[in-house]
Amino acid sequence: MIRQSAADMAQALAKKEVSAEELTKAHFERISTVDSKVKAFLHLDTEGAINAAKDVDQRRSRGENLPTLAGVPLALKDVMTQKGIPTTCGSKILEGWRPPYDSTVVTNLKRNGVVILGKTNMDEFAMGSSTENSAFHPTHNPWDLTRIPGGSGGGSSAAISAFEAPLAIGTDTGGSIRQPAAVTGTVGVKPTYGGVSRYGLVAFSSSLDQAGPCARTVLDAALLHEAIAGHDPKDSTSINAPVPKVVEAAKRADVKGLKIGVIKELQGEGYQKGVLDRFQESLEILSSLGAEIVEVSCPSFDYALAAYYLIAPSECSSNLARFDAMRYGMRTGEGSAEEVMNQTREAGFGKEVKRRIILGTYALSSGYYDAYYGSAQKVRTLIKDDFARSFDKAEILVSPTAPTTAFKIGEKSNDPLAMYLNDIATIPVNLAGVCAMSLPSGLATEDSLPAGFQIMAPAMADDRLYNAGAALERELLAKWGKPLLEMAPELL
Amino acid sequence: MSETPAISRSDVANLAKLARIEMTESELDHLSSELAVILNAVARVSEVAKGEIAPTSHPLPLVNVFREDQVAPSLTQEEALSGAPASEEGRFKVPQILGEEA
Repeated sequence: MIRQSAADMAQALAKKEVSAEELTKAHFERISTVDSKVKAFLHLDTEGAINAAKDVDQRRSRGENLPTLAGVPLALKDVMTQKGIPTTCGSKILEGWRPPYDSTVVTNLKRNGVVILGKTNMDEFAMGSSTENSAFHPTHNPWDLTRIPGGSGGGSSAAISAFEAPLAIGTDTGGSIRQPAAVTGTVGVKPTYGGVSRYGLVAFSSSLDQAGPCARTVLDAALLHEAIAGHDPKDSTSINAPVPKVVEAAKRADVKGLKIGVIKELQGEGYQKGVLDRFQESLEILSSLGAEIVEVSCPSFDYALAAYYLIAPSECSSNLARFDAMRYGMRTGEGSAEEVMNQTREAGFGKEVKRRIILGTYALSSGYYDAYYGSAQKVRTLIKDDFARSFDKAEILVSPTAPTTAFKIGEKSNDPLAMYLNDIATIPVNLAGVCAMSLPSGLATEDSLPAGFQIMAPAMADDRLYNAGAALERELLAKWGKPLLEMAPELL
Repeated sequence: MSETPAISRSDVANLAKLARIEMTESELDHLSSELAVILNAVARVSEVAKGEIAPTSHPLPLVNVFREDQVAPSLTQEEALSGAPASEEGRFKVPQILGEEA
């Protein structure tokens, strides 16, 4: 039962073949069996989840017309506030904090009757590509427990690939939904910036952060996308327009006549051969379905990583000033307010967070502002222009999601630049505010680990991701004979 | 700006002070060498950012977004103080802010 798609679970619930309570308990049982190995969760809300499930069951037995996902369990990235439930962002500085309000994403999930099982592990304040920067513990990739599950949303990707939950919420500032999806053989979508409310999403880099769905199938991601998206007056950057019809698009799954642009700059040197082979194979499949493949060039993407590592740290140095030991979170040390602040931030933040705060403070300081932050903002314009030009030539753009498959835990943790390179293909999307999906393209031959295929579409054309993604997924499934995750080793 | 930007240990100490983080000696040593490497890698943005290019600070072309000025439920005083490290008489209790004796 726990290995089914969320769509199938929803159908079984609607037909009363299973109750939400049974389904929820089955997932907690799975978690108690495998999470000591995977370590996807930071907190479980067993009582709250079972009560929510019982509530759905009662409403269903009264004959209420419930939303599609009512009773389906979900894992929530620990960067989203949920009233009364610990929210740490993977940081010591927020350990023990219980937010007094729900994020809009959580409000929307509750309105849809989705059962929130618990909070998932992440790189501290979403800064990282491996979940090794969590202040609590690393998370392990279910495909190989010695490897990383991606980051920053490694807890969410590990939870769904280990069948601990069919759905999860992630957030993506530079690839934190898509890269974890790629390395765990799952589906992850970064919606258009402004498509999903950021209210209650603890801010890292406000002009880049975006919450989105993590799932095992494209249709499941679409169902979750529609449940959480939409205009929110509590987020001034929320787009006031109808949510793209992503579920309809995932069911359409027709790429005949679709123009697909392959980005020249996002392949070649630095990309693992097995990842590129799977990418080529997916392109051939799309072509055989009647899509027209063209090459596009985005020369400024070569500067995207550099621009990102100025813009994101600059915004984080400002955003994380709120952790001041005065109103909530950790307070430690003695002396004046300023001294307590200094000591609390020293004790409460981890290495990568401090590194980025200092880098951002430098990039924004007078005398350096123009050369660093100012230049990075100009590069951002060039990247937007490259996307606009490319979307004139093709309806969607594609690339591998990440340059490699999952690497070993510890392999890159002492080399920040090597770690940052994981995000080379995902970052341009955030800088431009467009939308993108990663879906599994198969296993790389040399290490039998999952590779990701990235699809990008213009702002508010999220439906194009789901249409093309579902078409490719259908053909790959036929080729493999079973879902990719069924090829992962059993964790028991 | 092709050469490695010089960033000294005292530069990092000053940045840490501005960022309100009391760093240890070994952290300062470590960060000053790391920052030089990172800055060298990111400084290349200035290579292409020459001339008249309008900066993009945000993906959406939003200016001011207003909502109706209506009274709506919000956190109670108790809820707002629920996460405070210390509170007293319905207020946040903080360490001494001004330098001189009260």
